[in-house]
Amino acid sequence: MHIVYPAVVAALLFSIGVYGVLARRNTILVLMSVELMLNAVNLNLVAFDVWLGDRLHSGQVLTLFVIVIAAAEVGLGLAIVLALYRNRRTVDIDHLRDLAEPPGDRPRPPGAHPDGRRERHDDEQPVQRGGGPR
Amino acid sequence: MTTFPLLVVLLPFAAAFTGLLLSRWPHRRAALTNAHGQEEPAGHATGRAAGGTTRAAWIAILPTAAAAILAVSLAWVPGLAYFTGATAPPPTGQTYGTIGTGGIPISLVLQADALSSVIGVLVTLVALAVQVYSVGYLEDDPRYPSYSAFISLFTSAMLLVVYAGDLLVLYVGWEIMGLCSYLLIGHWWEDRGNSRAAVKAFLVTRLGDVGFLFGIFTLGTAAGSFRITDVLAKAPDMAPATLVTATMLLLAGVAGKSAQVPLHTWLPDAMAGPTPISALIHAATMVAAGIFIVARLFPAFLAAGPTLDVLAVLAALGMLGAALAALAQDDLKRVLAYSTVSQLAYMAGGLAAGSDVAAVFHLVTHGAFKALLFLCAGVVIHHVGSNLMTRMGGLRRELPITFVTMTIGFAALMGIPPTGGFFSKDGVLLAMDDALSTGVLTDAAALLLYGCALATVAVTGAYATRAWLRTFFGPPSAVALPEPEPGTAHVVDVREAPRSMLVPVILLAVPALLLGFAGEPHLDLGMAVVSVVLAALGAGLVYAFWRIDPVADPARLLGPLRVPCERAFYVDTLYAALLVRPVPALARLVVRTDDVLVDGAVRGSGRSARVLSGVLRLAQNGNVQLYVSGLLAGVLLIVVGAVMFT
Repeated sequence: MHIVYPAVVAALLFSIGVYGVLARRNTILVLMSVELMLNAVNLNLVAFDVWLGDRLHSGQVLTLFVIVIAAAEVGLGLAIVLALYRNRRTVDIDHLRDLAEPPGDRPRPPGAHPDGRRERHDDEQPVQRGGGPR
Repeated sequence: MTTFPLLVVLLPFAAAFTGLLLSRWPHRRAALTNAHGQEEPAGHATGRAAGGTTRAAWIAILPTAAAAILAVSLAWVPGLAYFTGATAPPPTGQTYGTIGTGGIPISLVLQADALSSVIGVLVTLVALAVQVYSVGYLEDDPRYPSYSAFISLFTSAMLLVVYAGDLLVLYVGWEIMGLCSYLLIGHWWEDRGNSRAAVKAFLVTRLGDVGFLFGIFTLGTAAGSFRITDVLAKAPDMAPATLVTATMLLLAGVAGKSAQVPLHTWLPDAMAGPTPISALIHAATMVAAGIFIVARLFPAFLAAGPTLDVLAVLAALGMLGAALAALAQDDLKRVLAYSTVSQLAYMAGGLAAGSDVAAVFHLVTHGAFKALLFLCAGVVIHHVGSNLMTRMGGLRRELPITFVTMTIGFAALMGIPPTGGFFSKDGVLLAMDDALSTGVLTDAAALLLYGCALATVAVTGAYATRAWLRTFFGPPSAVALPEPEPGTAHVVDVREAPRSMLVPVILLAVPALLLGFAGEPHLDLGMAVVSVVLAALGAGLVYAFWRIDPVADPARLLGPLRVPCERAFYVDTLYAALLVRPVPALARLVVRTDDVLVDGAVRGSGRSARVLSGVLRLAQNGNVQLYVSGLLAGVLLIVVGAVMFT
């Protein structure tokens, strides 16, 4: 099999992943797109490993590493999403804008004003503690 | 004996220290006031105040008395020698080490030579009299303890000036005197006018002190030492330019402290302070310190001819102008204040004429009789409840003792024999007469000085007679006494002042009357006749005007000159227009410039930085996907760049 076919497939997969990361609103789907990108990389590694005829099969070994890391990443990411959902009742990435510059002309240093903390968390919901698994 | 100068300086200082810290200890006032509330009986309150006052009075009086005894014992031999012209014994004193400054060292010398021992006696005795007098004058003043402590501090500072053997040590005492003068003029600071007068006195004397300090530096650098003996020894070898510069600078300090002409305006306003303060600081001692300094450094001044000319002209203008101003004042204390300016100008004139002994002799007699006059004026003011002579009159029956003593004081001021003032004024006039021929001064300056001095003798006779007549003779004024203001004394119902006030007055009258016979009075018969006739002429003129109408003010003989004299020739107005108003205007301009230019630049840069950063902040909208898009675009750019440029 010619190397072009897996390379093109990997490129398509990666592009779909990039599109998903950049365009989707749902956090879980963004995570899935990340997986797509990783798998595109995996496909490239395996294909080039075969094409180059590497004796040590370093491409396959690296793929195993990537799979392990991807599993860990997804576990961590889903946990974050779950915690996010418990706090915010939403996983819409458009509404998670806590990193934005605060509105208004002059940014206050933290702690300088009693309102300084509140204005950064306008859409924050009250934290539910001890909710248990649902 | 050699430690006496140090002891004399330290005793009043210890009194000041103790008085400030311990006179109210233990502090029980708060508890008592709270317990009794508003209904506290009057007797209780005064009793407690008297307790604190008594202790403070003893703390103040005893060390001053001890210092006076020591000062007298120091002055016994050299003091007489100073006036008789005999060779004085070597100065008594000790050097208490030197302070290395990296340059010229400061040596801590305290010594009593002939001149300083004489002045030391004057200072301690007048201070003692004033301390005793103050007990009666301020007996129900709640701030008496701090007041007496400040007097002690002042006494200590003045004695430091007198006994210091090093110019910088002297300067320390000089500055502390200025501080005490400020604190005591503003004793009744509740009245804004009083605190303003204190600030004015402080600032005007400070203006002179700047020159004084630089004069000391110039002299010390030229001589290579700040010790007065070294400076005087090297004075003849110095370049004339250096010497003239140094003495001119010193003269600025002298004019400030001794209230000489360009800087005299603070002294009449300083009468806002309590009368004993005026007697001690603003008549007898501190204002005489300037004259003392010139006498101390007299060889240096004598070698600087132009300085003596300037001093002579200033003294001539000051003595006549101040005497005329005194003739038109209605406030008794201001009369005495202008008289002090005039008499100090006499001493300055005597120094300019080349006779330090005559000037210092006049300083001593003036210290005695002017302190006496002020203390008597204090009794009068205490009795009348007002400073104004229009409220006085006919007091010789109510205050017989004060009448006699104040008459002695006025006689000494006018120079009527056989008072001390007669002999000393005669000596000064004689020195000025000699200056016409000896060539110490330029001819014009000597002539001006001598003429002004003779005219001043007549004017002095006039204003002294006027104050005397308007205070003690004529019909008693029937003006209803208003409530005393914070700046004036209290109305007391007793016929004569308390004994603590009368005893110092009587004791001071003795030296005022007899001090002329100390040493050997250098009497020149012709000069004596001239001065007495001139004084009698002025006095007789005022008496004639007074006889025509005892109620009206004899100052009307001045005619159209009266208003300018009353305003002291508009010097204060001139200074207000030239200096006092432009300085705040300049300050406002500086504030505006600072606000608009300096702060504007800072604020503008801050604001523009914020506006520019606002453009950058638009990207920081919190959308993570936008950030990742930016990242991707950046990576693509780098890749494309790397591909294209390699």
